[in-house]
Amino acid sequence: MPAESQSAESQSIERAIEPAIERAQMRAIRKAFPGVLALDNVDFALNAGEVHALLGENGAGKSTLIKILTGALRRDGGEVFLEGRPVEFASTGEAQAKGISTVYQEVNLIPAMSVTKNLTLERAAGRLGFISWRKAGQRVHEKLARLNLDIDVARPLGSFSVAIQQLVAIARALEDDTRVLVLDEPTASLDAQETARLFDILRELKAKGIAIVFITHFIDQVYEIGDRITVLRNGRRVGTGLTGEISRPELITMMIGRELGEVERKYSGKAESRAGRERLAARGLGRRRTLQPFDLSLHEGEVVGLAGLLGSGRTETAKMLFGAIRADSGELRISGDVVSGASPRRSLQAGVAFCPEDRKAEGLIGELSVRENIMLSIQAKQGWLRRIPRKDQERLAAEMIAALGIATSDAEKPVGQLSGGNQQKVVLARALAARPAVLLLDEPTRGIDVGAHAEIITLVRRLCREGLALLVASSELDEIVAAADRVAVLRDRAKLGEIAGADVTRDNIIRMIAGEDGRPG
Amino acid sequence: MNRKYLPLVATMVVFLALFAVGGMMYRNFLSTLVLGHILADNAFIIIAAIGATFVILSGGIDLSIGSMIGFIGVCMAVLDRAGWHPLAAAAVLLCFGILFGAMQGFVIDFCDIQPFIVTLAGLFLLRGASFMVTLDSIPIRHEFVEAFATTRIPLPGRGFLTSSAIVMLASLAVAVFIAHFTRFGVNVYALGGDRESARLMGVPIRRTTVSIYALAGFYSALAGVIYALYTSSGYPLAGTSSELTAIAAVVLGGTLLTGGVGMVAGTLFGGMILGLISTLIIFHGSLNSAWIMIASGMLLFAFIVMHRFLVSSFDLRGNA
Amino acid sequence: MADRVETRPLVMAMRLRNHRAIWPLLALIVILIVDGIISPGFFNIRIVEGRLFGNLIDIFYRAVPTALVALGMAVVIGTRGIDLSVGSIIAISGAVIAWRIHEGDPHFVILLLSLGAAILCGMWNGLLVAGLGIQPIIATLILMVSGRGVGLLINLLYGGTDPSFESALLQGLSTGHVWLIPTRLILAALIFVALWLLIRHTALGLFIEAVGGNAAAAQLAGVNARLITFVAYAVCGLCAGWAGVILTADTHTSDPVSVALYIELDAILAVVIGGGSLAGGRIYLGMTVIGALVIQALTTSILISGLPPEYNLVVKAVVVLFVLLLQSDDARNALARPFRRAVR
Repeated sequence: MPAESQSAESQSIERAIEPAIERAQMRAIRKAFPGVLALDNVDFALNAGEVHALLGENGAGKSTLIKILTGALRRDGGEVFLEGRPVEFASTGEAQAKGISTVYQEVNLIPAMSVTKNLTLERAAGRLGFISWRKAGQRVHEKLARLNLDIDVARPLGSFSVAIQQLVAIARALEDDTRVLVLDEPTASLDAQETARLFDILRELKAKGIAIVFITHFIDQVYEIGDRITVLRNGRRVGTGLTGEISRPELITMMIGRELGEVERKYSGKAESRAGRERLAARGLGRRRTLQPFDLSLHEGEVVGLAGLLGSGRTETAKMLFGAIRADSGELRISGDVVSGASPRRSLQAGVAFCPEDRKAEGLIGELSVRENIMLSIQAKQGWLRRIPRKDQERLAAEMIAALGIATSDAEKPVGQLSGGNQQKVVLARALAARPAVLLLDEPTRGIDVGAHAEIITLVRRLCREGLALLVASSELDEIVAAADRVAVLRDRAKLGEIAGADVTRDNIIRMIAGEDGRPG
Repeated sequence: MNRKYLPLVATMVVFLALFAVGGMMYRNFLSTLVLGHILADNAFIIIAAIGATFVILSGGIDLSIGSMIGFIGVCMAVLDRAGWHPLAAAAVLLCFGILFGAMQGFVIDFCDIQPFIVTLAGLFLLRGASFMVTLDSIPIRHEFVEAFATTRIPLPGRGFLTSSAIVMLASLAVAVFIAHFTRFGVNVYALGGDRESARLMGVPIRRTTVSIYALAGFYSALAGVIYALYTSSGYPLAGTSSELTAIAAVVLGGTLLTGGVGMVAGTLFGGMILGLISTLIIFHGSLNSAWIMIASGMLLFAFIVMHRFLVSSFDLRGNA
Repeated sequence: MADRVETRPLVMAMRLRNHRAIWPLLALIVILIVDGIISPGFFNIRIVEGRLFGNLIDIFYRAVPTALVALGMAVVIGTRGIDLSVGSIIAISGAVIAWRIHEGDPHFVILLLSLGAAILCGMWNGLLVAGLGIQPIIATLILMVSGRGVGLLINLLYGGTDPSFESALLQGLSTGHVWLIPTRLILAALIFVALWLLIRHTALGLFIEAVGGNAAAAQLAGVNARLITFVAYAVCGLCAGWAGVILTADTHTSDPVSVALYIELDAILAVVIGGGSLAGGRIYLGMTVIGALVIQALTTSILISGLPPEYNLVVKAVVVLFVLLLQSDDARNALARPFRRAVR
C-alpha cells in the first residue's frame, strides 16, 4: 500500500477484518547497565499472526529488549504482559514454558552435539528425567518435517552449514504451544534462496497465529515480510507503524536521524577512480582443498570487489592475500617484491592490512582496551623490542577514535564493552593505524547499522581517492556494485573471472556465478 | 560408524594393543587372571575417574578427588574403631561426598570462581582434614573387610572379579545410564559443548553444576570407601596425586579436557591402560619407580598426540 | 546513569585496575596484624652474625622459591595456559646440579647448565602447546608425570649413591647474605626486575596478553601467537630453574621425588590471589609476588600460633577461598545486598 493512502481508510479496513489479538505487551521498559542506560521507557506490542520487525542501530537496545521479553535479562522498570496477564520471568526457562521461543543470531545451539540431542535438550525428558531415545527420535522427525528438513540427525550439528543450523534452531524453538517466536538477525548468514525458504516458513507460522518478532537490519526484508515496524534509537522507541505506511526514506531517517539523501548519494554513487600502480599481485596463488590457483591484482586508488555465495572462498582469498593462510602454489608480490613465507606480520610490514569477517572470533581482543586493540598491529609490525611509548599510543588512539567516530568515552575501556558497530570501527582503526597501502576488508559492514555503514563506506572511499588499494569481500551484492571498480567473482573455491567498469551490475555478477555467461563452471 | 565413537574405539584399540604387547613379552600374560588383577588394583581409581569424567565433560575439573579418597579412608577407619559396620560408615560417608561436592559446585557457580581454584581449595581442605584426624595409618578390623576381600566371581580361565571390580563395573553401568539416558546427562554435554548456548537453551546452570560436582563427590567418596576396604586401612596420605591419575585416565579414555566430547565408558579403558603400564613394568622386574613415571608420561604423550590428530579430523565447523 | 554502590569508601576512589590490588595487600596486612597480636615481638628484627633475622624476614626468605615459580606461572597463565610441571622442572634442575658437581664441572658452569636444563624443559612444554596445539593442562601433565622420573634417572648417571654436594657458590646464592640482606632476596629482586622489564618495557607483555585474550585475533593482527606462547613457557621454565637452584642448594641434595611437592598449586594460587585469571588476560607481576607472600605468611602464622602443623592445609584453603570470594564481584554483591537495602 502506498504510503500516502489514507491511514483512516486502512484503519477502518483493519477493523473490518478482525480485532488484533494482543499476544504480548511491554510497557515503559527500563534497563540500565553500569555506565549506560540501555532502554528508556520503551513500549512494544505484539499481535497474533503478525511479523513485527524491530529495527535500530547497534546499541539501540533491540537485543536488550528482546532478552527482557524472553527472560534472559531482568528489567529495572516497566511491565510485561502476556495475553493480557502480567508476567515476571526469572529465567529463559520460564519464558519458554509460557510459549516464548527465541532463535539467536549466533544460532546458539551446541555444535559438538548431534542434531537429535540439540533438539531434545531440556525438551524430551519423561518421568524422573529419563529419556527414551525412540520417542525422542520421533519428535525430532516431526519437528524437522514441519520445516521440510531432511538431514542425518545423528551427525554433530556443527558439521552442517550455518543455514541448516539456523533452521534446526527454529525447529527447536517451535514447540506445540509456541505463541511468540523471536528471531534475532536470522538472515545474516543466509543467501537469497535460504532466506526465501525461511520466509515461506514464517508465513506458515503467521497463518497459525504465532506472533513473530523479526530483528534485522536488512531493509528490503523488512518490507518483504514485515507487517509492523518498530524503530529503536539510543534506548528509546522512535516510532511504530504498519509497514505499508512508512516509506523507506522515513524509515531510515527514523533509524539514523539523518537525511537519507546524504547516505544514498554516497552509497550509490561511484567515485572517479584512477587506477595507479600495482600494489598487490597474486599469480597462480592457491592451496589444495582450500582455494584453486588464482590471479588477482590490486592497484592504488582502486576498489576491487570479491563476490560469491557463502562458501565460495571469499574469506579464504582475502586471508591468502594477507598471508594468514599459507599458499602451496603460485606467488604473491607486494609492491613488486615477491613474498616468501607470507605471514600477517610480513604483510603488515609490507603495507598490507586486513579486517576479518568475524570480529568477535578473529578481530578483537575483548579484555584489552580500545587503545591496545587499535595499536596492536603497529606494535606487531615494529616487533617486541621497540615498544611504542604510552603517550604516543594514547595520541594515536585518540586520533583514530576521532577519525572513525568511535563512540566511546574512554580509550581504556575494554573493547568488549562497545557495541557491534563501534567494535567494527576499532577493527578498522587497527588496520588503518598501520598506514597500509593495501587494505583487505572481509564483510566490513556485517551486522552493523545503516549509520555506521555509511560512515565506513565514506571513509574508505576517501582513502581510496588518496591512493589506497582496496579489496572488499562481501555477500551483499548491492554494496559491491555500488563501491567497486572491478569485481572478481568466485564460486566453489575458484575464481570464475572478473567484471569491470560499466559491466559491474548485479545481474552480471549473478549470471557469472550461475554460469549463464557461457563460461565453463 | 558414527564419528563420535572414534575416540572410544581408539582407546580400546590401544588397550588391546598394550595387552597384546604384554602377551608377547611374557608368558601367561594374556589371561583373565592378569585382567582380573588389573581391574582389582585399579578399581578405586577408575571409580574416581568416572566421577571426574562428568566434571570434565561439562568443561570443569575436580582436583579434590585424591584428597577425598584419603579423607574417606581415615574416616572409615575411625568409625570402624568406634564400632560401626563398614557399610553403615560407607553410607554416611557417601552422603558426605555428595554434600562436599555439591558445596564445591555451588561455590563455583555462585561466586563465579574457576573450578580449578575451588577444587584446589577442596584438595587442601580435605587433605588437611585427613591429617587432623590422624597422622598415621589406622587399620580397619571389622570382619566385613575379610568378607569383602574374599568375595569374587570367577571368570572363564583362571581369573576372577573381586568385589572392588564388581562395584566398579556396577558404578560404571550407572554412570553410562546417567550420561546417555537422562536429561541431566544431555545437559552435562551441553554445558561442556557451549556454556552460553546451553544457558540460552534453558539448561538450569546452577542446578546442573551443583549436581555434576555432587556426583563427582559421590564417586570420589566411593573410591575412598573401596580403597579403604581394599587396603583394610585408613591412611591420611592415601590418594595423593590420584586426581592427576584420574584425569589421565579420563583423557586416555577419549574425553577432551575442554569438555563436550567424550564417553564415560572410555574412562574404563583409560584407567585400565594406566593399570596395564604399571603391571607391565612390574612384570619386567625393574621396580624402579622412575621407569613407571617415564613410561606413563611417554604413553600419555603418544596417546595425546594421536588423540589430537584424531580430533582435528573431527570437522566441527560448518562450511561458512 | 546506573549507580554502582561501593561498600567501602576507601575503594570508591580507585580505578578498576587498582581495585583488584587491594585484596591481596589487605589479606597480607591482616594476616601480619593477626600474627602481631598472637605473638608479641613478631615484628622484631635483629641482627645476628651480620645478617637480619626475624619473622618478617623469614616470610620473605621462605617465600622466594614459590614467588619465583609464581612469576613464571603468571606469564604462562597470561597466554591462557598453565604449567603443572614446574615441580618436575625443579627436580630435574636439581638433579643436573648434583650430577655435574660429581663430574667436577666448575660451579658457575653448573649453574648455567642447571638453568639451561630448566629452559629446555620449558621449551618442551612450549613445543607441545604452541607447536602441536595440545591443551596446556594436558601437555604439561606429561612432564609433570614423567619429570621426576627423569630426575631420578639423572641421579643414576653418577651412580646415584650420594646425591648430596657442597657448593660455595650455589649455597651462597641460596642461603648466604650480602651485608645484612639474605642473598636470595636480592637474587629474587633482580629476577623480578628483569622479568618486569621484559614484560612491561617491551611489547612482550602486550603480545602475551593479546594471545591469551584471543589467539586467533592476535595472530591476524600480526602477532606470532605460537612464538609468543613458546617463549612464555620457556620463561616459566627458567623461573622454575632458579627456584630449583635455590631449593636444591638449600638442602645440599638432589631429591627428585619429594622436592617442591605441590609447588605448582601454591604458585597458581599466588597468581590467582594476585588478581590473575586462569582464563588468560592480564599479567600482574607485583601482585603475584604479594600472593606468594600471603601464602607464606599463612604458613608462618600457623607455625607461630601453636596450632599443630596439620592445620596448615586447612587454614590455607579457608583463607584462600576467603580472598577469592572477596575478589569475586558476585560474592561481594551478594554479601553487600543486605547493607545496600538498609542504605536505601
